[in-house]
Amino acid sequence: MTATVAHVHEGTDAPYALSHLDALESEAVHIFREVAGEFEKPVILFSGGKDSIVMLHLALKAFAPAPVPFTLLHVDTGHNFPEVLDYRDRAVAKHGLRLHVASVQEYIDAGKLRERPDGVRNPLQTVPLTEAIQSLKFDAVFGGGRRDEEKARAKERVFSLRDEFSQWDPRRQRPELWQLYNGRHAPGEHVRVFPLSNWTELDVWQYIAREKIELPEIYFAHEREVFQRNGMWLTAGEWGGAKEGETTETRLIRYRTVGDMSCTGAVDSDATTLDAVITEIAASRLTERGATRADDKLSEAAMEDRKREGYF
Amino acid sequence: MTSTTEQFADLSATTLLRFATAGSVDDGKSTLVGRLLHDSKSVLTDQLEAVERVSASRGQDTPDLALLTDGLRAEREQGITIDVAYRYFATARRRFILADTPGHVQYTRNMVTGASTADLAVVLVDARNGVIEQTRRHAAVAALLRVPHVVLAVNKMDLVGYQESVFASIAEEFTAYATGLGVPEITAIPISALAGDNVVEPSANMDWYGGPTVLEHLETVPVSHDLTACPARFPVQYVIRPQTAENPDYRGYAGQIASGVLRVGEAVTVLPSGRTSVIEGIDALGESVDIAWAPQSVTLRLKDDIDISRGDLIAPSSSSPATTQDVVATVCHVADQPLAVGARVLIKHTTRTVKAIVKEIPSRLTLDDLSQHPNPGQLVANDIGRVVVRTAEPLALDSYADSRRTGSFLLIDPADGTTLAAGMVGESFASTAETTVQADEEGWDF
Repeated sequence: MTATVAHVHEGTDAPYALSHLDALESEAVHIFREVAGEFEKPVILFSGGKDSIVMLHLALKAFAPAPVPFTLLHVDTGHNFPEVLDYRDRAVAKHGLRLHVASVQEYIDAGKLRERPDGVRNPLQTVPLTEAIQSLKFDAVFGGGRRDEEKARAKERVFSLRDEFSQWDPRRQRPELWQLYNGRHAPGEHVRVFPLSNWTELDVWQYIAREKIELPEIYFAHEREVFQRNGMWLTAGEWGGAKEGETTETRLIRYRTVGDMSCTGAVDSDATTLDAVITEIAASRLTERGATRADDKLSEAAMEDRKREGYF
Repeated sequence: MTSTTEQFADLSATTLLRFATAGSVDDGKSTLVGRLLHDSKSVLTDQLEAVERVSASRGQDTPDLALLTDGLRAEREQGITIDVAYRYFATARRRFILADTPGHVQYTRNMVTGASTADLAVVLVDARNGVIEQTRRHAAVAALLRVPHVVLAVNKMDLVGYQESVFASIAEEFTAYATGLGVPEITAIPISALAGDNVVEPSANMDWYGGPTVLEHLETVPVSHDLTACPARFPVQYVIRPQTAENPDYRGYAGQIASGVLRVGEAVTVLPSGRTSVIEGIDALGESVDIAWAPQSVTLRLKDDIDISRGDLIAPSSSSPATTQDVVATVCHVADQPLAVGARVLIKHTTRTVKAIVKEIPSRLTLDDLSQHPNPGQLVANDIGRVVVRTAEPLALDSYADSRRTGSFLLIDPADGTTLAAGMVGESFASTAETTVQADEEGWDF
């Protein structure tokens, strides 16, 4: 700590070292507690996907034995995997939490949003999300975004100030020094908070394995009817299905990310256990998003553009 | 470095190294970062394909590895660099978080940001130019932020015929300068980021060099500190009181141990009130433990039911810090709006935010030559200066030299919440003359 103290311990041999997972966990818990201490009305974005499941797990640990002092918010595209919605509702009930749902379908039905020609609904989430934040007056919104996901996200702060239109302005970001997070904001503004900023996909999986966290079944290999579109294996559902020229087949697959069914692709996999998934991720030569997300392929700056508009 | 199951099986036991890079674009910093990511096989196929696609569309024959670190639309289109980006990679031995700090725009605040959490800083020098003003500036910032390890990467050795004498004289000049500033450990490595010499693979062109490659050094440099030597500091973040049927009387103080070790049974003092108690229990995220250490996030339970809230500091009674309302510190000004004498600000120190007023700005430092300018009246973006701040309530401060966590603070504009300055309590640079009689009792008084 002091410049003059001898650094006698090397690597993990040190009696007071922390493993990298313990260090990441400790940092994330610190972030949750900072928000609980400084904000009036925080909310956790919770989709039932692995990153938000890890966030909830960390929040439970951070405040135990007291309940999590945050509500949950899910932006439901209307095209979510049924297994994931089921998991979401069970998690909410199990921990006695309160869940707000912002529905893309309701916006479409009310004529406030228009379905895109390609049927992809992920970009449509921004309006229901930002309007829910404004109308429910959330001042801190936890997201499971990680900086390793995408190059625009590599520039994101842990505490990311958003203006009254929820916009992200990379040039207006506050420098973030030491672990001193500045959450001050004007009325109408809010702060997006990313406790998993410094985690990688592999860290998330290793942590899930270490903590024995239950996940929706679709993260593990199973046989499923899928069809191929734009190089991705998609599952048919209410959102649509195979068009002419696209054939459906049964394949052994799993999902690496979980989002809207219309733009989340499956990967061929025989990994039925956490250990097998970790082995597969460690050996993969594709990024999580590059492998399975259509919404990031819309343009080179797709993520950045959506973030600027208020998306996570 | 292959991703085999055996190597990843025990990854959870590996340590984490946070490091920062400093260097102007011309020094080849982006290439070095790209090379580190690429040669450590941390760049995945789809990312590399994207770089190849863009490079090809610009008419380049080989993929421009610097593109791996070009994140934003504005950066690509206008060639500007926006603040710090964080990058992640891993080897079988260690996980890395790299604070990739742009060198040419607003460099001081960017490097301060990156260095604030870094265990190690890589300072890049162009072998053809040697130690220049900017190199001295980077060394000074690393010394000011008390980054424990500094690596001097003498780049573009391929352009000076891989001559040992060129490297040796640059390393000698830099080491003398940085040691004078109190940088505790300096490792000089001759490299060519473009050709890949000594970045990940040892260079066949410099057999006179017997030291580690950049990656080897990053993998083996010690990151843990002898925490038992530092007094414990526990800023209270949040009070946990479930008041439920199962836990009617639970009252825990949640926080992250900022330094040192805490043990059950230890006598503690709560600051600023000065009340005392004894640690009755430590809950480490669901597990009851007898001992916990920095930087663990834990919850403390005390024997006595005393008034403790967010912002208080719990420390061993045997070595608790003094409290003060007069903060003497060095600050790096990070905002576009200036900081003037008389300014009313907020000071955020650990979990405590209090009102404060800037009483004096005794001096401003020029990093290029470490000269001082007395009474500048105000500090503007990227200035580093001494300040005297009077706070509305007492703070339990440590010297930044003793604790980066409890010796640092932010100055915040109460009107719009802007982070104005990053502050470090106490002397600016480590003294290298501790064992000798100090001829100048003021030390580094700027």
